[in-house]
Amino acid sequence: MKKVTQFSVFLSLFILMLFIATSTSAQNIKPDTDNAGLTLPKGFAALKVADNVGRTRHIAVNKQGAIYAKLERLDNGKGIVVLKDTDGDGRAETKTTFANYIGTGIAIKGNYLYASSNKEVFKYALNENGDIVDENAAATLVTGLVDKGQHNSKSITLDNAGNIYVNVGAPSNACQEKDRTKGSMGMMPCPILDSAGGIWQFKTDQLNQTYATGVRYATGLRNVVGLDWNNELNQLFVTQHGRDMLNNLYPDLYDTTLSAELPSETMYAINKGDNAGWPYIYYDHIKGKKMMAPEYGGDGKKTVEDKYINPAIAFPGHMAPNGLLFYTGNQFPARYKNGAFIAFHGSWNRSPLPQEGYYVVFVPYENGKPTGKWEVFADGFSGKTVVKNPRDAQHRPCGLAEGPDGSLYVSDDVKGTIYRIMYQK
Amino acid sequence: MQRIFLVFVVMMISFTTVMAQTNNKLAAASAARGKMVYLQRCMVCHQADGGGVPKLNAPLDGSTAVNGTNIAKLVKYIVKGLNDRIEIDGEFYENAMPAADDLKDQQIADVLTFIRSNWSNKAGPVTLTQVKQIRSKLK
Repeated sequence: MKKVTQFSVFLSLFILMLFIATSTSAQNIKPDTDNAGLTLPKGFAALKVADNVGRTRHIAVNKQGAIYAKLERLDNGKGIVVLKDTDGDGRAETKTTFANYIGTGIAIKGNYLYASSNKEVFKYALNENGDIVDENAAATLVTGLVDKGQHNSKSITLDNAGNIYVNVGAPSNACQEKDRTKGSMGMMPCPILDSAGGIWQFKTDQLNQTYATGVRYATGLRNVVGLDWNNELNQLFVTQHGRDMLNNLYPDLYDTTLSAELPSETMYAINKGDNAGWPYIYYDHIKGKKMMAPEYGGDGKKTVEDKYINPAIAFPGHMAPNGLLFYTGNQFPARYKNGAFIAFHGSWNRSPLPQEGYYVVFVPYENGKPTGKWEVFADGFSGKTVVKNPRDAQHRPCGLAEGPDGSLYVSDDVKGTIYRIMYQK
Repeated sequence: MQRIFLVFVVMMISFTTVMAQTNNKLAAASAARGKMVYLQRCMVCHQADGGGVPKLNAPLDGSTAVNGTNIAKLVKYIVKGLNDRIEIDGEFYENAMPAADDLKDQQIADVLTFIRSNWSNKAGPVTLTQVKQIRSKLK
């Protein structure tokens, strides 16, 4: 009798587990009838996990599938949102909030959640359910980072050796003596680079680290918002926002069409000590060359051959690559594995031409290198065929995260929509 | 006597109407010149629709300050730029505004007249005299 009971308990548990496993897998989740308003490649479908969550910047998904989103503006005094799908339909049923600071960066590594304000980086322990152990017990890992408004978001990612990488954007367009002012020359050397315009490396197990105790891992990066650790290559990758206003500041050198296309938005594979060249140079994907910046003697023609690293891939100007994610899941077709997804927040600096971006791009990789061809993966966030003015965009993609089942999550920082993109054959 | 008064009133009305029409014409001409300044110097950040860029560059269309009576503040923003992080109609904007102190007084009057009367804005023109007066105190 005892054995039979044990067996039936085991059997019912097994059936229950099977039920849970199948009911939450992407194959069985019903997408939104309009795919959440997105246009996707064949076989892909999407749904809105949540709507009107707030200005959700970057997102992280734990092993249990709960979403942690970092807010740029406090929601009733709180800056991190936790969304949970409790009934397995793919949509979030519960929303809780914690942390009293705004910011962009959020990441999960091992049993810890890491989040950034615009000046600091914090660490929270997660329990076996992937929940925060104590919301009020944030450990301050890093403090005192530059925050002067412009380019102040501190994106974060982690390697497998106990390090966290933090972007410190330059509070400047091109390191001119007077920012964005016509006729003002570039400062030489650019003093901003001492404490910004690069990626800093800190330890995940040390408290209250500062510039003095951290490592300037890479420099010459104007403003990186998307960054991710590539586990296949064991290397840091970053996406840089290129400088603005070539035509406005140098109308004789750049017409409005050229100024809309240039400089390129760039993705770099970073090694320790790399210099990507901002503010002295910019990248021109049309020429395939590094160009001398006009504030430093450039004329739109002078190239720079050495010294600074080349991008892994370059995109048209001003599209604002805000989220970077190397896909490691098995849900999507094989060609997506180890390739890069980039969330382009969308441009403003292309007017009078129409704006560009406002979509998620896929960069195929082969043998650890981009094939060179990129493609629009998910479009339609803006709700417009053409975005003429940035305020017309209904949603703007910002953060990316991969779920435990290989679904791709995208956050929007206009209305706070969280999208889930699935492959459903 | 009554007739003289009536003639006087009619004369006054036609005079003010003509004056108003002249002012309107002047304002329209100023706005037209201001549009050219706007396209070259302001549109890159504030956009063709005056809507600005959410979170980066403040909108001019519908802005309380732009449509307000504190012309001195508007002239100052153009001449001196704006580096302080200030709240504008409940929102913060991250980009610094460069000083456009190379603009002539007339150009500033023109571009403000354009901005204050374009899109959904319905505020009155800014005159050369006003700009001259304000700017002399800025130095």
